[in-house]
Amino acid sequence: MSAIQKVARRTFLKTGAAAAGGLVLGFYLPENNSLDAQDAVGKLNAYVRVGTDDTITLFIHKAEMGQGTVTSLSMLLAEELECDWTKIRTEFPGVDPAAFGPMQGVFGSMSIRTSWEPLRKAGATAAEMLVQAAAQKWNVPKSQCRAENNAVVNLQTRERLSYGSLAEAASKLPVPQYGVALKDPTQFKLVGKSQKRMDTPAKVSGKTTFGIDVKVPGMLYATLLRCPVFGGKVKSFDATKAKAVSGVKQVVQVSNGVAVLADNTWSAIEGRKALIVAWDEGALATTSSATIRKTFADLAEKPGAVARKEGDVAAALANSTRKIEAVYEVPYLSHAPMEPLNAVAHVRADCADVWSGMQIQSVARETAARISGLPPEKVQIHTVYLGGGFGRRGGADFIGEAVEISKAAGVPVKLQWTRDDDLQHDTYRPASYTKFTSALDENGMPTVWNARVVCPSFAGLRNGVDRTGVEGIAEIRYAIPNILVEYHPPAVGIPVSYWRSVGYSHNTFFTESFIDEMAAAARQDPVAFRRRLLAKAPRMLGVLELAAEKAGWDTPLPGGRDRGIAVVDNLGSFNAQVVEISIEKGKLRVHRVVCAVDCGHVVNPAIVTQQIESGIVYGLSAALRGEITIDRGRVQQTNFNNYEPLRIDEMPVIETYIVPSTNPPGGIGEASTPTIAPAITNAIFSATGKRIRRLPIKPEDLV
Amino acid sequence: MVSFQSKTNNTRGGSRSARSPWLTSQHAFGVKTQLNEVLWVFVVQIYSFESQEESKMPAIEFTLNGKRQSVDVPAQMPLLWVLRDTLGLTGTKFGCGIQLCGACTVHIDGVATRSCGTQVSTIAGKNITTIEGLSTDMSHPVQRAWVDLDVPQCGYCQSGQIMSAAALLARKADPTDADINQAMRGNLCRCGTYSAIREAIHRAARYTVNRRVRTGGAE
Repeated sequence: MSAIQKVARRTFLKTGAAAAGGLVLGFYLPENNSLDAQDAVGKLNAYVRVGTDDTITLFIHKAEMGQGTVTSLSMLLAEELECDWTKIRTEFPGVDPAAFGPMQGVFGSMSIRTSWEPLRKAGATAAEMLVQAAAQKWNVPKSQCRAENNAVVNLQTRERLSYGSLAEAASKLPVPQYGVALKDPTQFKLVGKSQKRMDTPAKVSGKTTFGIDVKVPGMLYATLLRCPVFGGKVKSFDATKAKAVSGVKQVVQVSNGVAVLADNTWSAIEGRKALIVAWDEGALATTSSATIRKTFADLAEKPGAVARKEGDVAAALANSTRKIEAVYEVPYLSHAPMEPLNAVAHVRADCADVWSGMQIQSVARETAARISGLPPEKVQIHTVYLGGGFGRRGGADFIGEAVEISKAAGVPVKLQWTRDDDLQHDTYRPASYTKFTSALDENGMPTVWNARVVCPSFAGLRNGVDRTGVEGIAEIRYAIPNILVEYHPPAVGIPVSYWRSVGYSHNTFFTESFIDEMAAAARQDPVAFRRRLLAKAPRMLGVLELAAEKAGWDTPLPGGRDRGIAVVDNLGSFNAQVVEISIEKGKLRVHRVVCAVDCGHVVNPAIVTQQIESGIVYGLSAALRGEITIDRGRVQQTNFNNYEPLRIDEMPVIETYIVPSTNPPGGIGEASTPTIAPAITNAIFSATGKRIRRLPIKPEDLV
Repeated sequence: MVSFQSKTNNTRGGSRSARSPWLTSQHAFGVKTQLNEVLWVFVVQIYSFESQEESKMPAIEFTLNGKRQSVDVPAQMPLLWVLRDTLGLTGTKFGCGIQLCGACTVHIDGVATRSCGTQVSTIAGKNITTIEGLSTDMSHPVQRAWVDLDVPQCGYCQSGQIMSAAALLARKADPTDADINQAMRGNLCRCGTYSAIREAIHRAARYTVNRRVRTGGAE
């Protein structure tokens, strides 16, 4: 890991975080999933300040969207800094690549994984310097001093000096270069124990500021009428009636459509209804779900770019007498966070400010700079709380729109999306289509894992493959000797992007269903079959066994109930889920979900449990009802009546069991989402003998 | 009728003068035939057209979180946006705009109501409570239970969840799971906090009962 460095106050002030003096240490959090910090020598992207006023502030390039980052990061810092963790203030700074690195944001379930060691080291180093400062003040050996509870204690005299009173002196000391020792995990006081979330009180009293709550002086409220067909453009428009709506102040045309600005949100919504726009619908006006599906199916018949190849699939298939084939598919999905997208932008001649709940501040600034025509350093990004992200707020389309409207109208603007906008102009979880072929040997064990994946690309191609398209299929942990996974990125024009758990959200459904098909073909129990294939994958096996045990897999269920299981490793974590379902009068009910998770070292078990439940509900909504369909280039879903997430009366009992582990932490925010759908459809197979190969589950699948 | 109303709204700013006679008309006639409606819309439109220039709409008055409140906004403006944009009470959230998600839930005379579908003119003289007015110090049993169990994740839907739960407990001190399903199924949460919400409502019911016991049932 990179060195911890002292930061001059003047340098730090440039980040926009006004330092009130004291000790400021900079450190570095890796910025990608490989967590490789080899290239990070000398770089800093996070800071801790011990203020002379006894405050402790963490400046970190993350955001809070419900995943508990603020709480867990504070715990990590406090564990070594020996301070009251509940008093740590976390600030999400403005974008400054020099101070915070090129990618400020929260994505990929990385917050804990990347902070686990650096944050504790920063805390330990700060504590060490405060101890040194105290030892010098008292003129005693360092060994006579101990950091505890926001102060340094003289072990002989029991005198105490608060961190605040030592901060200035500590800031004059050199940063220890000998490598400050970290606690042995057995001595953790906070980490590993459930702690209350820091953000709860404000969220329970309605005081949390989300993007939608931002108001700046002189601000107008805007809505934007976009072409219902993706890629369409304004041909002409008539704003006469819109302008006549009470409260409407301006109507301006921008790249994505026509914006209505008013002195309140409702007038902007009503004004938009009164707009008359003629559209040039563009090339997608003939696209529909059926044409997209045909494109996918045609591609699946042709060889694609090789994502993984091991052994000799062709020979193994030729030698096999028992082949299994199946086609799996899923639709586009919307993210539908509870807070419809919004952004406040104030573009002036020489600078701009943007306020929004966003996941990736760096992309937001780049977008705002490009659209406003201002140099990036003239754009200030202000991060507020996110009313859900799930990947949607990793984009900056809505921020770019707000910037363009503010620039065109010459006033600060809050662009508010409605729920219709949200569902119809999302960057969707791609639809996906996979054709599997496998073969079983004489013992019923698979010899072939052959998949042709057709899935729109959004994360870039490398050797023809977008890894987000094949993750969860190419990297299976099952011991199968001959593997060939091929990939096609169809160009169908529907905007796509990251959706909670990304490629796993569809590929784990495919993989875990097809593994279940093989088990059934081999006349083996689904757990026993997986156990044999996972003999060399101990952590996968661990969660599989734990979930099966806790769910009572080997004990019979009461009549009318059936079980299914699925297991996955994603984002450095492992989880298995056993579900119990019933089908009564053609209606599916998920009664119970038992989830075993191994996410390495746990920082806050309560938050892990929350995130597991959250991920399951998100995946369950998609499995039961999630479907975005396209007709003539338009999304057909409009609101929660035809894109309806899970409601409380459908909520299963969820039991979460955490595997004790000393492995480095894995990601948890997206871990459990992929597993629920195949666990359910495998249970339905157990109940009905019918294999469901397409989501969402339809009534006709249940009979 | 709804479409007629929206037509009158469009005649400009939907002033209160347009709204009030219309409502009165129904009561006065006691019958709601198509013809009556058409005639009255016509009359109302003329009246509204004539009067809107000179007569400024009278303010709408109601009680908000225990205090008298007066607003001067179009009569059709949903209470949600009056609270958020006009009065700056942003604890009440916008989620769907068509009463399907519950994020905008407030109490109107103690009844959990979706403020996105409530025209402000209909609350004249009524008692409105928002999350900001539920308690000033989070002492409401529902808020206490929510804090105890760390219910929120992203937190966006939670004002609405809390308001629905508080209204439920006000009319049913010890709700069953079925009562909770019935009262809360209109409140969506994409973070999946439903188990915690259910548990917190049961806990809040215990707090409420305990408080009654302590105060000798004085409440």
